Amino acid sequence: MHHKLTIPITDEQIRALHIGDTVDLSGIVVLGRDAAHKFLIEHYVRATSIAPEDAALYEELKKLLNGGVIYHCGPVVKKNEDGSYTFVAAGPTTSIREEPYQADVIRHFNLKGVIGKGGMGANTLKACQEQPAVYFHAIGGAAPLIAQSVKRVVTVHKLEFGVPEAMWVIDVEDFPVVVTMDSHGQSIHDIVRRESERKLAELIGV
Amino acid sequence: MQETDLTEAFVELIRRASTELAPDMQQALAEAKAREEPGSAAAGALDTILKNVEIARTTQRPICQDTGTPIFEVYYPLGVSTRRLEEQIRQAVALATERAYLRPNAVDSLSGQNSGNNTGEDFPTVHFHEWEEEHLHVDLLLKGGGCENVSIQYSLPDSRLKAGRDLDGVRKVVLDAVYKAQGEGCAPGVLGVAIGGDRGSSYIKAKQQLFRPLDDKNPVPELAELEETIYRQANELGIGPMGFGGRTTVLGVKIGTQHRLPASFFVTIAYMCWANRRASMDVLPNGEVRYAS
Repeated sequence: MHHKLTIPITDEQIRALHIGDTVDLSGIVVLGRDAAHKFLIEHYVRATSIAPEDAALYEELKKLLNGGVIYHCGPVVKKNEDGSYTFVAAGPTTSIREEPYQADVIRHFNLKGVIGKGGMGANTLKACQEQPAVYFHAIGGAAPLIAQSVKRVVTVHKLEFGVPEAMWVIDVEDFPVVVTMDSHGQSIHDIVRRESERKLAELIGV
Repeated sequence: MQETDLTEAFVELIRRASTELAPDMQQALAEAKAREEPGSAAAGALDTILKNVEIARTTQRPICQDTGTPIFEVYYPLGVSTRRLEEQIRQAVALATERAYLRPNAVDSLSGQNSGNNTGEDFPTVHFHEWEEEHLHVDLLLKGGGCENVSIQYSLPDSRLKAGRDLDGVRKVVLDAVYKAQGEGCAPGVLGVAIGGDRGSSYIKAKQQLFRPLDDKNPVPELAELEETIYRQANELGIGPMGFGGRTTVLGVKIGTQHRLPASFFVTIAYMCWANRRASMDVLPNGEVRYAS
């Protein structure tokens, strides 16, 4: 089934999504990959107190991520002469590296969706059921195509992490994704893994 | 051959590799799409991939934002200065980054600082080979991180997979590698496989296989047969494009061999994503530059 969703997304909209559904996403998306997840966990989610220099960003992120979506992506970005930025290439990066962090980030910020590639593990799937939230699979490598759905770069945080690792805030229109982990405990990745494991055993005779 | 500054020629080589997918790869992806169930997630993924390839070509943008490790294999005639060539390659990589054909991808392993221009310690990768030809030949592969992370090396025998020190053992571990990668290496991919060598040389050999066109038939009959068998069986695993499930998981399998120690039997699988970004150029003795993919 095909859906069009605008961020922020409601719980009801999330529960209507099932694995295999295709979605065109529009609205504000925050980019975050390895360095960003480590930062979110250490400075906010598991921190005993928020350091003064991190407070403003915390307030900003709480607003953006509440009902929002985080995207595992390290883009190619061009800085324009007027100081603004343009996304040149922005496909997803492999999500499983964020598995140790993702469930806590989803719960802490009330995320409704995570965009990435390759799928995630049991902890994230559990958080998707509880929250509820879903995992949106973007097409790996479809970088300029996805970049064309980025209408505007709103701002960038933590540019000191480097361009691929910074937390870019972007406004997207009809970003094409596939739901591969839903809020009902289903994961395409688990199904494909199980079936391919059975076939592998048959082919190699173990 | 005459010594000219090839910096801009290397930038053009990088632009071609990064923004123009080789015709054999594009054709294989189109054929894969035709095989998938219309309306399936797999067909949709391949459709998006093919559209993306066209957008990259027409807008001169990187096919994938992870422009990877640039790997240069340089074949040079007697008398060429490899030091100068390497300087020009490093400069070209920095220029190509400035022109957004490459993403800044070189990170200091200690400080975590990104150098910002794709040059750094042993970065980019450049291998030099002196040869008897009179012209210079350069192969470039842009090897992304997602597929690099699922590349893997096995040491045979492997009791878990009942893989012995023979070609059937090789078949078993390569299929296991494809299973383990699932969609994470951006399937449908191409497998570069090396049998033998030491742990280091085997990875290099495996990556060098990725320069072979998809229709390149292995001159060694038993390897040609093994390539066919693994290609067929890897696709029977049903992992499909992006791991969504489907009929096409790999687009090609290329195998090379190296002598090994009596004690060692390594099998290395260099997994390359569908964005198998390779390009090559020849610099003729008169200075003329010719490109190919």
